[in-house]
Amino acid sequence: MSTPVSPSDWRAAGRWRWPEGLLWLLAFALPALWPGHALIVNEIAIVALFAVSLDLVLGYTGIVTLGHAAFLGFGAYCAALFAKHIHPDPVLGLAVGVVAATLLGALCSLTILRGSDLTRLMVTLGVALLLLELANKLDGLTGGSDGLQGVVMGPVLGRFEFDLYGQTAAWYSLSVLLLLFALARRWVHSPWGATLMAVRDNPLRAAAIGISVPQRLAAVYTLAAGVAGAAGALLAQTTGFASLDVFALERSADAVLMLVIGGVGWLYGGVLGAVVFKLLHDLISAWTPQYWTFWMGLFLVVLMLVGRERLSPARWWRARGEGA
Amino acid sequence: MSETVLQAQGLVKRFGGITATDHVNLSLQRGARHALIGPNGAGKTTLINLLTGVLAPTEGRIALLGRDISDLPAHARVARGLVRTFQINQLFASMSPLQTLAMVVSQQRGLGGRWWQRLGQDAAVMARCEALLALFRLTEVMHQNTAALPYGKRRLLEMAIALACEPKVLLLDEPVAGVPAGEREELLHTVANLPADVSVLLIEHDMDLVFEFARRITVLVNGAVLTEGTPEQIARDPQVKAVYLGHGEELRA
Amino acid sequence: MTLLFDGIAYGMLLFILAVGLSVTMGLMNFINLAHGAFAMVGGYITVVLMQRWDLPFLLCLPVAFAGAALLGAALERTLYRPMYRKPHLDQVLFSIGLAFMAVAAVDYAMGSQQQIIQLPEWLRGRTELWDGALGMGHYRLFIIVVCALLTLVLQWVLTRTRFGSRLRASVDDARVAAGLGIPVNRVFALTFAVGSGLAGLGGALGAEVLGLDPTFPLKFMVYFLIVVAVGGTSSVTGPLLAALLLGLADVAGKYYVPKLGAFIVYALMIALLMWRPQGLFVRKGAR
Repeated sequence: MSTPVSPSDWRAAGRWRWPEGLLWLLAFALPALWPGHALIVNEIAIVALFAVSLDLVLGYTGIVTLGHAAFLGFGAYCAALFAKHIHPDPVLGLAVGVVAATLLGALCSLTILRGSDLTRLMVTLGVALLLLELANKLDGLTGGSDGLQGVVMGPVLGRFEFDLYGQTAAWYSLSVLLLLFALARRWVHSPWGATLMAVRDNPLRAAAIGISVPQRLAAVYTLAAGVAGAAGALLAQTTGFASLDVFALERSADAVLMLVIGGVGWLYGGVLGAVVFKLLHDLISAWTPQYWTFWMGLFLVVLMLVGRERLSPARWWRARGEGA
Repeated sequence: MSETVLQAQGLVKRFGGITATDHVNLSLQRGARHALIGPNGAGKTTLINLLTGVLAPTEGRIALLGRDISDLPAHARVARGLVRTFQINQLFASMSPLQTLAMVVSQQRGLGGRWWQRLGQDAAVMARCEALLALFRLTEVMHQNTAALPYGKRRLLEMAIALACEPKVLLLDEPVAGVPAGEREELLHTVANLPADVSVLLIEHDMDLVFEFARRITVLVNGAVLTEGTPEQIARDPQVKAVYLGHGEELRA
Repeated sequence: MTLLFDGIAYGMLLFILAVGLSVTMGLMNFINLAHGAFAMVGGYITVVLMQRWDLPFLLCLPVAFAGAALLGAALERTLYRPMYRKPHLDQVLFSIGLAFMAVAAVDYAMGSQQQIIQLPEWLRGRTELWDGALGMGHYRLFIIVVCALLTLVLQWVLTRTRFGSRLRASVDDARVAAGLGIPVNRVFALTFAVGSGLAGLGGALGAEVLGLDPTFPLKFMVYFLIVVAVGGTSSVTGPLLAALLLGLADVAGKYYVPKLGAFIVYALMIALLMWRPQGLFVRKGAR
């Protein structure tokens, strides 16, 4: 892991390379090439966005959280409620979801400022469960355990109607993913992003060079919450539905698992992990739903016993040159 | 004309029943080359932790450049010019020396909040990084993973990080500890050539380094100041000799 | 008054369930989110024994304990031990993985429905005192008695036996204890087994009160963690008090403000953790 990287490679970090362009082009082409699978593309895009938002918090800043789904869910419900009661425009609803989740993130960031990894784990889990309870009990508003149904969306940007195949949904989600991905990429390769990594690697030293650790934690947590909220809004809008399981531990754990699969600390890890995870999930769930939980559990156990770092594709990428 | 850049008054730190720092008064002048010595467990690192804000004092006040900083959090003291190095290397394992310094210099120049520009694009920042890397003989390894560097290089990086913060007052906690003989020279050379207007407080066990470097020495024993004076005075002081001879060390006359 | 009684019963049950977790956290510095799975195992053992082999309820309890303890011992030796040195996040993910496996396996083997336990005649029924101001379900009374006895036994073992002092030494500083000749590995293994056994017993006892289905480990994990977080890992009385508090709070909350349900418990936990973030899992002394 100590292969010297040439100066030009380092300067190129964060710049888009042509294989990436190809990848995204392919992703956008998929709904057109395989209209039958547009819905899966949509799902993957949404989940990838969620995983990327978690990577900002967990991978780049080292905040251990099992409750990131709190923001996914909050964004979903807010967007759904907005569409149902105020205005069915998708982009407006997306903005509402993002703003709502960002505000929630700012509030919740107060909870993760102090304490050990374990404290953070429990607090974040607690917040997500709290929101789940709230959504459950406020069933007049949220539909409780039945979920919020009948969310009918208007056309995207006033022109693109949501079609039955899900193509519009897929392109809509992919566009949002690309946009936020590009933004996140700017963040992590900037001086600010470097300070995040400093906080992750050594908070004591980070403070000793003038970085306000609480400020960074709060800032990244808030921003990541907003991105997760976007994913949630997309979820509600493209499925026309919001249910309680969007807050569940499984959602947060899934995202952590995706990052573990794809590699923490590089943005494509979230995307890659999401793709692999989703495909595996659909494949294995075809047998029986119970089997999926079992295999995921087994995978986690084995991976942890063997050692997370050994399997990280992020290391291969970094050996070549700094990637996303 | 020397002014007091760092002043600690009546610093006390108690942990339960233990008094780690016992009414310490310390005064650092501009451009000082001040050493803090004492047997193991004397509380030298605790004192540094108190000065930098890592620990909160039980009693006492601290002033930097005439302004009271006792209630400032650690990172704010750095912004005012109070910087330290650590006895055990505190580096950023995932970043190369160049990335580390680029980050530190950016932070120091108030660019730590800049999220839209790529790290490495600001020419002035990079120039400063390159100068620092050259000064600390880290240029050949600047792209290597910090975790893979030999200990001496990591120690140099440790100090480079502190210098990148443009300190007015620099607290060095045993900078050459554990450094193999071959790499000590580089480190000693750099310590000796620090800018004249930077005030330096050095904790060290290596008496050669102390007597070569310091113009003023404070002796700390059991958390309290035993005595303070010029190197000649300290070397002749019978109390100091007793403390050290009791520990098997000899001072140069 | 009945509320108080019910709350105490619930709390004692939680204590028995969680005490194993507390001790292993303090001893091995290991976050075991799969602890609830051992409780579930104990519950299902009881169900199977009662339904398939007509074993009387009382007899099932020690079997549940033994079964969960054996499972715990086996897993500790094989899977848990290599994980002791790993970072906490890895331990968390590992134990969640185990929990998921347990949940899925039980779902597959036993189905996902709630399991009903037929209590023996003498445990059903209720005694009303003081004109109904205090209604004591006989089963809950039984739970309180059993758990109180167990607590006393635990306290006695910890303070009066050689094993207890070895355990306390190992909790304080495992390295020094090993240096003194204490077989720390065996202490770990035995403690883990007993802790899991107690969880199994709690699962068996609690099946009637808390319900038993494959999602049990995940549903109640937060409660166990709260008991450990609030009660600390360095004593037996700490978790006991915490569990009682939690039991009372939960029962009272559900009665007085049913709209909020578990909300109160979660909010309390968050508030407590924010107030004392360092108070969790902090081990006295060096490691």
